[in-house]
Amino acid sequence: MPQLIIEFFSEEIPARMQKRAEEDLAKLLKEKLAGLATQSVRTFSTPRRLTIVVDGLPARTPDVREERKGPRVGAPDQALQGFLRGAGLTSIDQAKVQNDPKGDFYVALIEKPGRSTPDLLKAAIPEIVRAFPWPKSMRSGEGDVTWVRPLQNIACVFDGAEIGIDIENIPSKAETRGHRFHAPDAFAITDFESYAAQLRKAHVILDREERKAIILRDTRKLCEAKGLTLVEDPGLLEEVAGLAEWPVALLGEMDKAFLALPSEVIRLAMRTHQKYFAVRKGDALAPHFIVVANIDAHDGGAAIAAGNARVLSARLNDARFFWDVDRFYDAIDKKKRRRLRDEAREKKLRSIVFHQKLGSVWDKVERVAALAKELCAVTGADPALVEKAAHLCKMDLVTETVGEFPELQGQIGRLLYLEENNAPSPFAGEGREGARADASTAPEKREHKSSNAAQADRPPPPTPSPQGGGGASSAAVESIAAAIEDHYRPLGPNDRVPSDKVAITLALADKLDTLVAFWVIGEKPTGSSDAYGLRRAALGEIRVLLESRTRLALLPALMLHEKRRANVIAHDPQGRSTRMLDLLAFLADRLTVQLRDQGKRHDLVDAVFSLGDDDLVRIVARVEALDAFLKTQDGSNLLAGYKRSANILRAEERKDDKLSTVLQTGEYPQQALFQENAEKTLHAALSKAAPAARAAVEKEDFTAAMSALSSLRAPVDAFFEAVLVNADDPKLRLNRLALLTNIRDALHEVADFSRIEG
Amino acid sequence: MAFEPNGATKRAPNTNMKKPKKTAAAKEVGLPRSFQEIILRLQNYWSEQGCAILQPYDMEVGAGTLHPATTLRALGPKHWRAAYVQPSRRPKDGRYGENPNRLQHYYQYQVILKPNPPDLQDLYLKSLSRIGIDPLLHDIRFVEDDWENPTVGAWGLGWEVWCDGMEVSQYTYFQQVGGLDVRPVSGELTYGLERLAMYVLGFDRVYDMPFNDPESATPLTYGDVFLENERQGSTFNFERSDPEMLLRWFTDAETQCKRLLALDGSNEKPLPLPAFDYCLKASHLFNLLDARGVVSPTERQSFIGRVRDLAKGCAKAWTDSQ
Repeated sequence: MPQLIIEFFSEEIPARMQKRAEEDLAKLLKEKLAGLATQSVRTFSTPRRLTIVVDGLPARTPDVREERKGPRVGAPDQALQGFLRGAGLTSIDQAKVQNDPKGDFYVALIEKPGRSTPDLLKAAIPEIVRAFPWPKSMRSGEGDVTWVRPLQNIACVFDGAEIGIDIENIPSKAETRGHRFHAPDAFAITDFESYAAQLRKAHVILDREERKAIILRDTRKLCEAKGLTLVEDPGLLEEVAGLAEWPVALLGEMDKAFLALPSEVIRLAMRTHQKYFAVRKGDALAPHFIVVANIDAHDGGAAIAAGNARVLSARLNDARFFWDVDRFYDAIDKKKRRRLRDEAREKKLRSIVFHQKLGSVWDKVERVAALAKELCAVTGADPALVEKAAHLCKMDLVTETVGEFPELQGQIGRLLYLEENNAPSPFAGEGREGARADASTAPEKREHKSSNAAQADRPPPPTPSPQGGGGASSAAVESIAAAIEDHYRPLGPNDRVPSDKVAITLALADKLDTLVAFWVIGEKPTGSSDAYGLRRAALGEIRVLLESRTRLALLPALMLHEKRRANVIAHDPQGRSTRMLDLLAFLADRLTVQLRDQGKRHDLVDAVFSLGDDDLVRIVARVEALDAFLKTQDGSNLLAGYKRSANILRAEERKDDKLSTVLQTGEYPQQALFQENAEKTLHAALSKAAPAARAAVEKEDFTAAMSALSSLRAPVDAFFEAVLVNADDPKLRLNRLALLTNIRDALHEVADFSRIEG
Repeated sequence: MAFEPNGATKRAPNTNMKKPKKTAAAKEVGLPRSFQEIILRLQNYWSEQGCAILQPYDMEVGAGTLHPATTLRALGPKHWRAAYVQPSRRPKDGRYGENPNRLQHYYQYQVILKPNPPDLQDLYLKSLSRIGIDPLLHDIRFVEDDWENPTVGAWGLGWEVWCDGMEVSQYTYFQQVGGLDVRPVSGELTYGLERLAMYVLGFDRVYDMPFNDPESATPLTYGDVFLENERQGSTFNFERSDPEMLLRWFTDAETQCKRLLALDGSNEKPLPLPAFDYCLKASHLFNLLDARGVVSPTERQSFIGRVRDLAKGCAKAWTDSQ
């Protein structure tokens, strides 16, 4: 079966866009080839090419034969004309007349001959180019076609033959070129095997996975030869594999003196700015790096390694300058010679606008401090430490180091605080940082690369040390330090949640303040935009609450904090702030999404939420117990009994608008009116189960509540088996309907079962 | 005036005209030995590619892009090719001459080709070879870096070009300037001359780098030429400039620019070129105010917005005049 190869040869495609482009290309081409059976579709990308190979593509699309039934013979002319237009006929004589039991009808026979695959491709590829969803694309020269960078050739080869693609003046020849510097000459493309083989000869490794394997293999070899270990970094590996067609790993050296800088700074400069891998010697960061070049240099790479080492030195030199300024050792810049105290930083924070309608960053700090102190009641943190940490947590935003490396916000604050408080600083000795790097780097996702990269080799807070000036105060310093760094966390789904109580409190307060503040000024996220990262703040808040098991009644906390910002607050009839109810609903939505992602049924979350609870820990416990309960036979049967009761009640309430008032009086059910045993049994079971469930709920033992309810299953089933609810005697009817109401109310002790599906 | 013997008025036949080009290239053997030789080689190279070799714009600008030969010429339908050295001022980057590679006054080499030819990448890479960078010895990479200059409402896609991990150029395909779509698209190359030269010549401290031929009768280093300028410039930028005066000049420049664009309600014909000069002045005055540390972050946004409005006005008036 014929093979199709298409190569889009262009100027350098940004590394981060290549993989996605492969997927998009496959999707778009498959849409265009719909109806054609194919054996396999493979895609490839390098910095300069995006390639798709389709095996087993038929040479033509199949012929299509369709009979279309039209109007009755003798139908009005308008109907006939419409039929002719729709069927593509010019005269009614071209239609057949068919007889069926209802009469004589016109039938058109539409035959669409298949199209040759090359013709289809000639039309489809320009459409694919024009519709390609690059994150950013551009025009070039005098053309109107957009692509991620200028397109230099579109090679399309089907069954060994060139198919010229006509789109503006972009060349379209069945050829490609090798490596930009090693093998720039063109060669013909005939089939995939020879294409890939010729590219390899021309210093291009087409397959991204193979490029990654080569980089890893060579990198490990270089490390082994020097007794070093690679700090593995899958995100960086993916990126550098998208920056080279012919990857060559080289080991570079850096000045040992730079190892005195915080490892966060070194790794950030290496990874984010220079795209180098870090290496360890034993447990410590080694004064080396791995750079992946794109050529087999004729001096074996010596000049490249030396050049890169110089660039890294210059960067780290800059970093050291900033770090020294921040640590008050400035010997260079006269403007900065004055010691920067916290008051000076505070003054700067006062001049930085957090948001035009929300005042300065320092205003935010004050609000966070006030809220955090209140939250201590539920987190159990020391309010004095929390207040101190709150006032310090944004200080590093005005340091030189964070100015240069914004990704290190929080981390630099922590290091400076430790240094300024003479605590044993984790970077002073050749730390044990490296040893933990692998474990914490591995699960990271690319979208969080900067934050995670920087955090990768950060050790957990060191244990208090005797030099810290007494156990208690040393522990306090560690707590504050942890809070300064961790109050931003979690920064994404794979980031960790703070563990220290002070840090937990500050993390909760920082995010809640952000949410409340933006809700107050009406800047809520919309479907398409979330400029202030409010979704992330909400998800972070939820994770911190749940993972630290902090029992916070959200609505009162939100309302109290709202008062700090808002002059005018609208309330609902129950005296709740409508704005904060809206925010609570937003948080509930986020929780629902998160629980759904964990495989929890969204209807269960709804059923629990509609009880009006605002303590997320309790909500989740209820959802989990409910989930487990409904998976049991008792649970699912009881749900069925509930639905039946609710349906009958709803139907009867529709017929009789006074019914619910009568039932609410509590006059029914009456013992005297029970006629069947099943009624008595059910009533007895309800009067035990309902209070038991309520008591268990009060103790927050939701499993016990569910098991109390499960005792209802048999009586409920038996009731429906034996009893006709709508009895002729109106009193009997009312009595039985009241029993149904009791079933509903008992179940509503744990969740709103009406929201549960099934 | 050199003495011209009789007969010199007879021009040599046209067939010989190609010769000077070859000689120029032939002189460029081996690696360049000085900062100015790198500039001269770039000038020769881009001249051979048909660029008008312009002189620097005679105003303080923050980057070569701001020369009207780039900012304004990128607009409108007319074809254009130019190359020039542009002294650039970034008052905040001053380090009193004590940082090995940060300067408050430095040079950029700027090339603009409109429309961008399809082989612009090759042309660029050949220019690197011309100044002594062998692409099979040094690792040249095109790393994603989209360019944006909000103060002139401009953006484009392209790369920073890395040589052994160091950014040596900015390479951009302009898409919008002054908030207007550009057609045709221009290709813009900006070489950071000091950094590039330090690399090619093998110096880690900019002031040690030879400015002219180190074997000439009076060898001069970059420091001989510029160190004192950096010291005094930094002192002026950070300590001695008069913020009140700067602010007044900023307002004056803004008013003049608006008046020249007839944005003050008059019916005069707009003069986009002189207006642009005053836009550049305002922009530099803002940079000086910023370096002096007297601009709060909120005010900063407002200043940038004011300069952007001027730049957009100039771009529009210029496009209308084309």
